[in-house]
Amino acid sequence: MSQPLIEIRNVSQTFRVKDGLFGKPRRIMAVDGVSLTLNAGDVIGVVGESGCGKSTLARVILGLQKPTAGEVLIDGKRLHDLSGKERARLIQPVFQDPFSSLNPRRRVRDIVGMPLVAQGGIPGSEVRSRVEAIMQRVGLDPAMGERLPAQLSGGQRQRVAIARALVLRPRIVVCDEPTSALDVSVQAQILNLLAELRRDFGLSYLFISHNLAVVEHVASEVAVMYLGRIVERNRSADLFHNPQHPYTKALLASVLTPEPGLGIPEIGLGDAMPDPSNVPPGCRFHPRCPVAISECATRAPVVTASQGGAVECHLVEAASV
Amino acid sequence: MALLEIERLEIGFGGLAAVRGASFAVDKGETHCLVGESGCGKSVTALAVMGLLAPTATRKAAGLRFDGQDLSGLSEREMSRLRGDRMAMIFQEPMTSLNPAYTVGSQMAEVLIRHRGGSKKAALDRAAELLERVRITSPGMRLGQYPHQLSGGLRQRVMIAMALMCGPELLIADEPTTALDVTVQAQILKLLDELQRELGLAILLITHDLGIVARVAHRVSVMYAGEVVETAPVAELFGAPTHPYTRGLLSCVPVPGKIAPGEPLGSIPGIVPRVGHGFTGCAFRQRCDLAGPDCEGTVPRRTLAGDHQYLCLREPTEIARS
Amino acid sequence: MTTNKIGLWLGAVIFVGIGLIALFAPLLAPQDPFQQDLTRRLLPPFWMDGHNPTYLLGTDQLGRDYFSRLIYGARISMMIGILTVIGSGVIGTAIGVVGGFYGGKVDDVVMFAITTRLSIPLILVALAIVSIVGSSTTVVVMTLGLLLWDRFAVVARVATMQVRTQDFVAAAWAAGCSHFHIVLREILPNILAPLAVVTTLEMALAILLEAALSFLGLGVPPPLPSWGLMIAEGKDYMFFSPWVITIPGVALCVLVFGINLLGDGLRDLLRTGRTT
Repeated sequence: MSQPLIEIRNVSQTFRVKDGLFGKPRRIMAVDGVSLTLNAGDVIGVVGESGCGKSTLARVILGLQKPTAGEVLIDGKRLHDLSGKERARLIQPVFQDPFSSLNPRRRVRDIVGMPLVAQGGIPGSEVRSRVEAIMQRVGLDPAMGERLPAQLSGGQRQRVAIARALVLRPRIVVCDEPTSALDVSVQAQILNLLAELRRDFGLSYLFISHNLAVVEHVASEVAVMYLGRIVERNRSADLFHNPQHPYTKALLASVLTPEPGLGIPEIGLGDAMPDPSNVPPGCRFHPRCPVAISECATRAPVVTASQGGAVECHLVEAASV
Repeated sequence: MALLEIERLEIGFGGLAAVRGASFAVDKGETHCLVGESGCGKSVTALAVMGLLAPTATRKAAGLRFDGQDLSGLSEREMSRLRGDRMAMIFQEPMTSLNPAYTVGSQMAEVLIRHRGGSKKAALDRAAELLERVRITSPGMRLGQYPHQLSGGLRQRVMIAMALMCGPELLIADEPTTALDVTVQAQILKLLDELQRELGLAILLITHDLGIVARVAHRVSVMYAGEVVETAPVAELFGAPTHPYTRGLLSCVPVPGKIAPGEPLGSIPGIVPRVGHGFTGCAFRQRCDLAGPDCEGTVPRRTLAGDHQYLCLREPTEIARS
Repeated sequence: MTTNKIGLWLGAVIFVGIGLIALFAPLLAPQDPFQQDLTRRLLPPFWMDGHNPTYLLGTDQLGRDYFSRLIYGARISMMIGILTVIGSGVIGTAIGVVGGFYGGKVDDVVMFAITTRLSIPLILVALAIVSIVGSSTTVVVMTLGLLLWDRFAVVARVATMQVRTQDFVAAAWAAGCSHFHIVLREILPNILAPLAVVTTLEMALAILLEAALSFLGLGVPPPLPSWGLMIAEGKDYMFFSPWVITIPGVALCVLVFGINLLGDGLRDLLRTGRTT
């Protein structure tokens, strides 16, 4: 078996937040002991609701945040031993909001070329030709290089962000909700483009989204996060057809496919909203779980192998014994 | 019987034509979805109905009637008497539509007192009753809380309860679940659906999400570049979409089971044009496979069986073949 | 919107106009501003009886042409205003950006420096420094430049913190850019707008402080014609020849008013520019 491209080992990330001058500092558990591997050529989808820690996880993997505990190995090397330049050649981001992800004061050409310039030692003419080539590849007219981001549409901006991510030919792209801010027709264009580029450039994606239909479409493997932990992970087809964790089931049930006549699903989750500064004891999902048993409130479930994947749930645990 | 009728509505912002002759009607007790991409004029249309357009906007309509009453002739005073009373609106981001400085209870009570008078005590009782109605537990406690103490889902429930204070006949909901998580979205939509059936509300739901449209709408109007390009009952629209834009839009959405993972999604080439005043012909023609020189002329509104209308020169058989 | 634009343009015209007068003072001044003529002391300006057409705005207590001195005075005011904001702008922006960019302990130190500076009474310390070191134009500029950086630092710090959280800065980190590159290319261009507004405010303040110091005799040394100094020199004669203080006083007011208008206009312009 070949070495995984990304190996996340037991990563935790906590933040300290103070409420006002005299407030008691609160500890926010954004990511709590997450382990995950991404193999070359795979697309791993990370799904979950806001505050589940999926974006924090992305920032940790990108090296933008040093995890409080655990480590990330990229291509067998420890992420924090890599220099910024080495890291940039391996892994690049595409963010959600194409308005805030491009510097409004720089021209498209400079934005796309920035990772090349940051490497240093690449002659200007080569930077220019590589920028033009990648712009063309993502469907942008190189003449747009002279424009400012404000002069582009949302879809064009996201193409610029993709061009910037690919100009160094990285092996991994972390896509953090890359189409959530876009219109439906533009979303389809960008998803098609990402799929095409993955094939052509042999990329692997870590694809973060709250849109399960999109994740099902692009991902080969899916991890479901809830309050900082991965509660279920499996191959995409298995997870979508045979979800094990009650939270995964609820998430899948809440997907509204454009099929009239099916009505609005009953989700069966309570009102208790997940709060990362106040993680419930035992199974962190138990206050909202429709099938919780008494044990769920006291003891945290362990990771159990099930249906070819891994689940954290007492019921699955009990069934597997 | 139509509760809200909009005929050839036109809204302009300076040189830009935001809405260009949009027509549709919302019947009593039905959910009518107005669907389209950003900038198509769907939100502006809702604001125009509520009389909430910015003063720089110009509004013109051949007909804008609520329960038979002509809205375009009403003064600002008469309009504000109607707003929040017989027709109410909820927005995408509940935090910005609630005043952070007042408790939930006092904001809800104020709506009722403004339109109906009566004591604060009676208004608060009504507020508590409605909070319970929108499935908020311990409504008495919630009445004393400030908006920032509530989660996004709860805030949207409070907004809905507040909109129901005076027992409106029409509820306009502008992307009410876009800012919410998927599980909360389903809960809020379920709630709107129940309220409608029990109270006989007419709902004008504005959204970009075709999944929501399919699940909650009775009738659907698709907007593109300021025009309603297709109107049909929901089963008809999804079963036999006719306007090329509607067809394109539907092909863009990944549907599990219909498009295999990894297969390319359908897409609409190009971008939405910015349309100025005096633009004629079909605004979709640059992005349409079926467009010809004749699309620059006037485009007729065609009516098919089953109360299905669309705005295109081509015959349904011609479109279906492409 | 239109009224703001009028303010912006009026401010710009006043500022640029006085700037041009300062720049071309030697060409514009009809007389030598230092030339004394004790036989022609305190001549009244042109709108009063007994004025002399050679001296448009009359003469001062030493018989120097008041119009020429006023023109040369613009030089002092503009020079001190501009040099001071260059100095204080560079210091304040650097401190603020470093605090906002690095945060944590570094930011604590920056905040301490800013609050320390804010607790210092400006005029008092300026007076103390000038009285110890001695007064000259250079000392005034240096003193003011070293004191007036607080608002630059406060604004730069907050603006940096805001820009820093944007995804394009994260993208620059991920691209392996150096801190220096990120600050220079990604952050600075995006905080210039609020800093431009602060610049106008501080320039007006610096000009007023210079006038105050000169009035107290600790600013620009005589015989240089600073507007503040002109008011100070004229104060003994104000009961019989009030124009000797009203003329530089009005000039000072007009310049400060113009700069403030410009700043307000810029602020509104940049604010509307952001929302659209």
